[in-house]
Amino acid sequence: MSAKQSYIMARRLWLVIALLFAGSAQALPEIQSWTTARGAKVLYVAAHELPILDVRVVFDAGSARDGKLGGVAGLTNSMLDQGAAGLDADAVAGGFEQRGAQFGSGSERDMAWVSLRSLSDRKLLQPSLMLFGKVLTRPDFPQGDFEREQQLTLTGLKYQQQQPKSIVENAFYHDVYGKHPYASNPDGNADSVAALTVRDLKAFYKQYYVARNATVVIVGDVSRDQAETIAAELADALPAGNKAPPLPEVAALNKASTQFIEHPSSQSHVLVGAPGVRRGDPDYFALYVGNHVLGGSGLVSRISEEIREKRGLSYSAYSYFVPMKREGPYILGFQTRTDKRDEALSVLRDTVKNFIDNGPTDKELKASKDNIIGGFPLAVSSNSKITEYLAMIGFYDLPLDYLSTFTANIKAVTAAQIRDAYRRRVHVDDMVTVIVGAKE
Amino acid sequence: MRGWLALAVSFFTIASYAGQPVHEYSLENGLKLIVKEDHRAPVMVSQVWYKVGSSYEHDGITGLSHVLEHMMFKGTKAHPAGQFSKIIAGNGGSENAFTSRDYTAYFQTMEASRLPVSFELEADRMRNLVLPEDEFSKELQVVMEERRMRTDDNPQSLTYEQFNATAYASSPYRIPTIGWMDDLKSMAVGDLRKWYEEWYAPDNATVVVVGDVDPDDVYRLAKKYFGPLKPSVITPPKPRLEIQQHGPKQLVVKAPAKLPYLLMGYKAPVALTAEQDWEPYALEVLASVLDGGDSARFSSRLVRGSAVAASASASYDAFDRQETLFLLSGIPANSHSVADLQKALLAQVREVQEKLVSASELERIKAQIMADKVYEQDSIFYQAMQIGMLETVGLSWKDAEQYLPRIEAVTAEQVQAVARKYLIEDQLTVAELSPQPIDPKHPPREGGVAGNVR
Repeated sequence: MSAKQSYIMARRLWLVIALLFAGSAQALPEIQSWTTARGAKVLYVAAHELPILDVRVVFDAGSARDGKLGGVAGLTNSMLDQGAAGLDADAVAGGFEQRGAQFGSGSERDMAWVSLRSLSDRKLLQPSLMLFGKVLTRPDFPQGDFEREQQLTLTGLKYQQQQPKSIVENAFYHDVYGKHPYASNPDGNADSVAALTVRDLKAFYKQYYVARNATVVIVGDVSRDQAETIAAELADALPAGNKAPPLPEVAALNKASTQFIEHPSSQSHVLVGAPGVRRGDPDYFALYVGNHVLGGSGLVSRISEEIREKRGLSYSAYSYFVPMKREGPYILGFQTRTDKRDEALSVLRDTVKNFIDNGPTDKELKASKDNIIGGFPLAVSSNSKITEYLAMIGFYDLPLDYLSTFTANIKAVTAAQIRDAYRRRVHVDDMVTVIVGAKE
Repeated sequence: MRGWLALAVSFFTIASYAGQPVHEYSLENGLKLIVKEDHRAPVMVSQVWYKVGSSYEHDGITGLSHVLEHMMFKGTKAHPAGQFSKIIAGNGGSENAFTSRDYTAYFQTMEASRLPVSFELEADRMRNLVLPEDEFSKELQVVMEERRMRTDDNPQSLTYEQFNATAYASSPYRIPTIGWMDDLKSMAVGDLRKWYEEWYAPDNATVVVVGDVDPDDVYRLAKKYFGPLKPSVITPPKPRLEIQQHGPKQLVVKAPAKLPYLLMGYKAPVALTAEQDWEPYALEVLASVLDGGDSARFSSRLVRGSAVAASASASYDAFDRQETLFLLSGIPANSHSVADLQKALLAQVREVQEKLVSASELERIKAQIMADKVYEQDSIFYQAMQIGMLETVGLSWKDAEQYLPRIEAVTAEQVQAVARKYLIEDQLTVAELSPQPIDPKHPPREGGVAGNVR
């Protein structure tokens, strides 16, 4: 919501879609992993070049765990630093910031996390870690702060209602996932959030913020011994508890649907899609490389080429898989002025159909592989990127050699595999379409 | 105050960590090259910065710099439209470009040995752009879509655009970088050609490379690729200073929305224009007193505390090219009005004017800024961005190195002094977004000419 942001215009959107690969042969971070006494999984990478440390603790405690209490996962997460171990929110915030430390937290459909970035100088790091531990393991959920955070969530929901981009996305997940927990807005809805109580949050916290449900990621300027101590002090101050149970299966769509939401905007925002892949899916690499050709490689992808470069219909036209615990969505979309909406939509459909029927050309496949493999070193070129990847690998139980085998996995993908995977997994006639915009 | 001494000592040690040294070179044709080593990973970022942006534009041609940025990907004789991005992608690179009020910049992030690929393409399009008519007419449509998405359909951005056009009377900062829709509609490829010839030349460019590179090698490559380019005769833009404001300005923007929004801006000097060298740094510290994190005053007093705000922020940029705005903004909390929020923000302004900031508050802010400088070293992109931005507005990369000591030297008295001198009503512009019903039957008339402000 920062006004300052709008100064800078870029040639294309900097979509924050995590590219799900990493590491170059010579610069691959060496991942060490162990389990704490109470059962938390730890992933650690030593990086001593900069005097900084990143710690991130991830829980299977996203909104997919909301049950009937829509928004409880998000609100529980955002309440952690609003009072802990008798310290109020000011003391918590001041405790981190007077030492130059940065505290963060967040939650999505699958995961919820808390993070700390600190200088690695012990005099600064130790007290910040202690405070981080308090926030993580002894949150107080004060009633007054809860009521304020509840109101802020409601304000956030109103904000979403004025943004076509949020409206279309919420409706899209709703239509793709039906009764599955992924269907709902991670922030809940106005009624469900208004009905939440501190008791609900405490119960949610107690069930899901437990050691066996946690992954601890440590990246930076500490030794293995220090990392072990840090992980133990954080995770083993939590009860062991239980890993969250498996989420229900996602039902495939068996017919197309179109939802139109009227909104007084000059553009129509359009999303098309269906359930896609899960993490660790055997078709993942074929679909990932295939989508890179179709709509995942920015302006050189087919969808962007057809909709933007050839016809000037949209600033941003794209497709991407969101791999999750269960089948995350395959999302294809664009925005365009209302009188061009039908044209753009039919170009999108034709482009996808053509790709499913014929797959990538050899030249396209080579270009995509070159891009993915050649760009490999960029993905783990900073501590913060490494931290993100470790969180993903740990949370989704991917093999520890995920990074070191990535290039080989990409290289091995053939055009035939892509065609086969797309034909089996992507059904353009059974997709959800959501349009937000003016009637005509 | 317990523990402050120990902390101060720690920060002193940390502050000596400034990352790698910076190397500066000049080519005979006037191109400036700046290289910073970072060998943590076998990658590099290469950025080309031009001294041109929307603050170089005038009425009738707004948005020109940004459209030209888009057209820079539409081909040269050697590399026709579409090839640039394909070559970079084929080399595993990621690339983009951005335009702001004071600069236009292009970048590629790639495995370090691919630097010649980036240099060859950038040197080529610095002087040899073709600007085909048919590509232009399509790309202009794309930019109009960008405008609709970013501004016309976004009530807060729309408010901000109107706010800027009101706060500044004569300064080119009143121009939106994306351009007014009518100016986009009347833009011709000839306008772009003129603009390109006026600003795109080695003597108006700074190349910044940060990463796993050897500075002298980079220099040799720069000479090879950029060296043969002919310099131009660059006429620096006229000063176009903001005229003296003689009293508060106020505006209301009505748009379909669910939430109100408040923007307040005070005219403020920047590093290039300040009467006293320390003033911009005191203003930076002042912005942090108000909004430097969750423990700063706005968060602790307005979002928590009185809970009058759902969000409240303060921002100021000492490194703009011209006189700027010290900006306060926010969304009132559910049970409060914009007027309540405005009153609360003004009360915070009054307090910094009347009462000295406490020593512990000042220490906290300095600790944060110091730590942030270390964290910034984790991103080669950010390091390059900072160098390029400073050089392009007319400062120097050395100012980045001087930033910490200058912040460190700011006193509580100086923070109070700038608050008293600049945060005054006569220099204030206030904009309010007044939410109108989201009525699907009444879509906005296109283009922000008059249609969006009903």
